Amino acid sequence: MNDTLDVVLRLIAVLVVFLVLPLLVGQTEHKVMAHMQGRLGPMYAGGFHGWAQLVADGVKFAQKEDVVPADADRRVFQLAPAVALLPYLLVLIAIPIGPHGFVGQNLDAGLFFVLAVMGVGVLGSLMAGWASANKFSLLGALRTAAQLMAYELPMLLAAASVAMAAGTLSLPGIVGSYHWWWTPWQLLGGMVFFTAGLAELQRPPFDMPVADSEIIFGAYTEYTGLRFALFLLAEYAGIVVLCGLTTVLFLGGWHGPWSGSVGWLWTLLKAALLAFVVIWLRVSYPRLREDQLQKLAWTVLIPLSLAQIALTGVVKVVTS
Amino acid sequence: MNPGIALAATAHHPGFLSPTGVEITFVLVGLATLGAALLTVTTRQLVHAALWLVVALGGLAVEYLLLTAEFIAWVQVLIYVGSVVVLLLFGLMLTRAPIGRSPDADSGNRWVALGVAGAAAVTLVWVVVDAFRATWINLHGAVQGTSRATGTSLFRHWVLPFEALSVLLLAALVGAIVLSRRDDGGRGSE
Repeated sequence: MNDTLDVVLRLIAVLVVFLVLPLLVGQTEHKVMAHMQGRLGPMYAGGFHGWAQLVADGVKFAQKEDVVPADADRRVFQLAPAVALLPYLLVLIAIPIGPHGFVGQNLDAGLFFVLAVMGVGVLGSLMAGWASANKFSLLGALRTAAQLMAYELPMLLAAASVAMAAGTLSLPGIVGSYHWWWTPWQLLGGMVFFTAGLAELQRPPFDMPVADSEIIFGAYTEYTGLRFALFLLAEYAGIVVLCGLTTVLFLGGWHGPWSGSVGWLWTLLKAALLAFVVIWLRVSYPRLREDQLQKLAWTVLIPLSLAQIALTGVVKVVTS
Repeated sequence: MNPGIALAATAHHPGFLSPTGVEITFVLVGLATLGAALLTVTTRQLVHAALWLVVALGGLAVEYLLLTAEFIAWVQVLIYVGSVVVLLLFGLMLTRAPIGRSPDADSGNRWVALGVAGAAAVTLVWVVVDAFRATWINLHGAVQGTSRATGTSLFRHWVLPFEALSVLLLAALVGAIVLSRRDDGGRGSE
């Protein structure tokens, strides 16, 4: 009975994290973008610096009519947001926050679990784009698929390099065997992982699939109300997951001064810093063209990640 | 049969008449997977077939999980659900994927295909039943499908097949490049 209670409590904690952190990232994005562009951002909702703006947005989305286009494939169209969002919820279960079992569930092949389940999320965009019966949506879905296929490989290779270095696939195990010199050693892999992750989330500068000047909003063009909000939530949950994963794999997770007691704070701090970088990149880089996107993945990121794997292998053999 | 993963053949065999919760779940998920697979080949809508394939492959991953083969399960999700089906959908959307029925999605070979599928299924079931006749996985002992166990058996006992497979994949890769290149009598379309 105690075990069941433990599992239920952990799952509830993961759910709370899943509901709170993406909103925090969203609000931070509002404010950071505004200040970088020399304006204020939302200031009225909730009083203090517009902290309740996203809550108000949520209420607005919930009130809107849920429209399904007449020619759409109704069931696939309605199912798509859930398929896009749920993988990120599942992934959060396996990301360790602090030492001593501060994790939803310690999975033996946690790294594989995380990457595998994250890859499923793109099916949601594909379903949405196809089922909308809209050419712009279909184009967006196609771009999404092409982008995912190009960037999944460097991401996997970079993650494999960390797994080789740690000698385990378990995420707490990887953080547990971290030393400070891992960060410079795996720097190349870390950059590849983070970049490929950004591309997988379709964040600027990799937001070709939702390029508003060309194809309106890509696969999500026909969505309204709550279902549209779910897609947006999936994007922000994706940022949380990506930053958490990069922290755990490349920045040593909970390691830092007094990691025994405030380890979880270190993880959150590092992840928050990365989230800031994600927002920063959105404001400061123009959108890559489709051919530039593909070229970056196949001719830059994949060779770099292969070089990282070779480096990891050599160092591992020499030091063992 | 498999020296790497030494399945614990317990002395007293559990009976078929008192199934445990895991066994019942296994059968139920198996039935759902079978249903999804049947829908994949019978539905008249191309994209729906691909989506039912996702359900079938995901069901298989759950079955692997129930058999304690955690690593294999996630590889199944990563490769098949995450990549192969996405590639499939990509191909469908690039060519022709109408919403609603695809009139040309029917094949005259359906009875032959059914025969081949039936024969393959019978062969596979027979081989598996024959190989693992009275082997039971001890769910309460150490987990036998960890990534460590899988890696050890793969790279200690099955290295040669593994390498042969990678050569096969390389050949497929080269073949794909050769097929997709269009050399129009010397003036290649660069």
